[in-house]
Amino acid sequence: MGNIVLEKVNKCFGDVEVIPSVDLDIKDGEFVVFVGPSGCGKSTLLRLIAGLEDLTDGKIVIDGVDVSDSTPAKRELAMVFQSYALYPHMTVRKNIAFPLKMAGMPQDEIDKKVMAAAESLNLTDYLERTPGLLSGGQRQRVAIGRAIVRSPSAFLFDEPLSNLDAALRVNMRIEITDLHKELKTTMIYVTHDQVEAMTMADRIVVLQAGNVEQFGSPLDLYNKPVNRFVAGFIGSPKMNFVKGKDADEFNAHEIGFRPEHMKVSTTKGRWKGVVSVAEHLGADTFLHVKTKEVGTIVTRSDGEINVNYGDTVYVSPNTDKIYRFGADGLAL
Amino acid sequence: MARKVTLQRKLGFTALAWFLGCIMFFPIFWMILTSFKTEIDAIASPPLVFFQATWENYQLVLNQSDYLKYFGNSVVIAGGSTILALLVAIPSAWSMAFSPTRHTKDVLMWMLSTKMMPPVGVLVPIYLMLKYMGLLDTRTGLVIIMMLINLPIIIWMLYTYFKEIPSEILEASRMDGAVLWKEIVYVLLPMALPGIASTLLLNLILAWNEAFWTLNLTAANAAPLTAFIASYSSPEGLFWSKLSAASTMAIAPIMVLGWFSQKQLVTGLTFGAVK
Repeated sequence: MGNIVLEKVNKCFGDVEVIPSVDLDIKDGEFVVFVGPSGCGKSTLLRLIAGLEDLTDGKIVIDGVDVSDSTPAKRELAMVFQSYALYPHMTVRKNIAFPLKMAGMPQDEIDKKVMAAAESLNLTDYLERTPGLLSGGQRQRVAIGRAIVRSPSAFLFDEPLSNLDAALRVNMRIEITDLHKELKTTMIYVTHDQVEAMTMADRIVVLQAGNVEQFGSPLDLYNKPVNRFVAGFIGSPKMNFVKGKDADEFNAHEIGFRPEHMKVSTTKGRWKGVVSVAEHLGADTFLHVKTKEVGTIVTRSDGEINVNYGDTVYVSPNTDKIYRFGADGLAL
Repeated sequence: MARKVTLQRKLGFTALAWFLGCIMFFPIFWMILTSFKTEIDAIASPPLVFFQATWENYQLVLNQSDYLKYFGNSVVIAGGSTILALLVAIPSAWSMAFSPTRHTKDVLMWMLSTKMMPPVGVLVPIYLMLKYMGLLDTRTGLVIIMMLINLPIIIWMLYTYFKEIPSEILEASRMDGAVLWKEIVYVLLPMALPGIASTLLLNLILAWNEAFWTLNLTAANAAPLTAFIASYSSPEGLFWSKLSAASTMAIAPIMVLGWFSQKQLVTGLTFGAVK
C-alpha cells in the first residue's frame, strides 16, 4: 500500500516560506511526477514526504497513519537521489543489502533478496565492485536496486536521471516506467524535464513558487491547462502568447496557441514575419518567426517544410485550438 | 634548455628541503648524540662530535627512576584523552557539518578562540577546580584536562573532513532505515576514516608532548614522560647527558609512531586541499 495524503503542508526556511500550503492526495500505485521550474519547491516537497525535512505546519498521512513527526526510517519509503548517493566504501552487494541489514533481516534472506534485485537490474556481474568502478547508468541501477529490495510502500525519485547522458536517460526512463508497471507501487518522481513528466506520469503536479498550479493527467494538463503558467510550462516548444486586439477578438485578456497548432504559409496568413531561427530536427521543423504585430512566434511544422533563416512567411493559428486567459492569468 | 632549468630547479629545491630538514632535526640529533656521551664529554667545549659512546646514562636513568611508570602515565593520558575527545568530537562535528544553524560558524570560532588564550591565564582556576574535585595528580584529572584542551582542534579537523562527505549519502542511509548511531557507525565513520585516523594521530602527538598542564597538575602519581624529563633538570645542577637520555627515551615512542604514520598524517592533513 502507498496512499500518500498531504494536508495543508507548509514549509519555511527561517523567514522564507518555500511551500505556503499544499494539499495532495496520491493514490496507491500511482506514478506522480512533480514538475516545475528550478526553485519551485518540488524537491523540498519530496524531502518533506521523505522525512528529510521537518514540516513547519500541516500533516502528511501515509496509508492512514499520520507520519508528520516520524523519522524517515519509520515511513518505509525508498528514495533514489540525483547523485545516486551510494555508499562508496561498500560493494554493490552491500549497498543493496544495506536497508535489509538495517531492518535486521537474517543474512540468508538478505542474500536471496539481493540476488533477486541484482538479477532484475542486470547487476549480477558487478556485485563485488565498489560504486567508484561503475558507470553512471550502473550506479543509477544500484541506487534503484537499493530502493526496490525492501519493497517499500512508495518510491521517491529526486531528479534521478539528470546526471545521465541523453541516450541513457531515455533508456532509464523506460526502465523506471517498466519497473512501475511490474511493481505497481506508488512512485513520486521529481523532475524539471517536462518530457520525463509527460511520458512517465499517471498524474502530474505542476508547481510554482511552492504552490500546486494543477494536478492532473499529462493530457489534461496539455489540453486543459488551468492557467497561463501551466499552459506555458507544459508543451515543447512553449506555447505562444498574444495580448491586445488579437486577444480582444477572442474575448480574452490574452490568448495562447501551441506551436503545433500554427499554420505556416509562404503566400498568405494572419501575421507576416521573417524567420529568425529555423531548427530542422528531421521529423519536425521549429521556426521562430519575428512578426511586427505580435512579436516572435514559434511554430512546429513537418520536417519537409522548405523554409530557412531570413525567409518571409505568414503564420496563422488554428482558431479551434486557442487557449483563452483572463487578466488574472486563469483560463477562461 | 627547459629541461635543464627544471633539473636545476629540482636540485635547488631538494637541497633547500634537505637543508631545512637538517636544521629542524639537528636539536634532536644532538640530543641523541649527547645521550651517549659521558657528562664530561657532554659539556666539552668545543662540542665533541667523535667520542667514546656509552650506554651508561640510559642504565642510570632506568635505575634511578621508574621509566615504565611515566611511560604508562603518558600512554593513559595521551591515549585516554584522545579517545575521550573523539567520542565527544565526532557527534559534535557531525551535527555542525550536517545540520548547521546560523550560529555554527560562531560556535566553531569561539571554540578555536579558546586556543588563542595563554594556558597560564586559566591555570589557577583549573588547578583549584581539580583540587576541590580531588583530581590533582590523578590520571583521570589529566585525561579530562587534556581532552578539553585539544577538543577545539579535534572538532575543527573532524568538521572539515565531515564537510567533504556529501550529505545526500547520509540522507540515503536515513531513508534506508538507519537510526542515528547506525548512520554514524556504518556510513559516516568508514567514509571519514582517513580523516579520523590523522586526527587521532595528531592529537596523540599533541597530548604526548604537552608539558604545561602535565607539569603543573601532577606530582608523583600521574606524572607522564614530560615530567620525567623535567626531573633531570634538578636543583643539584644540569646533567646534560642524563637529561638527553631521558628525553630520548621520552620522545622515542611518539617518534616511532610518527615515523610509521607519516603518510597517513600528511594525507590526512592535506585532505580536501588537493581535491
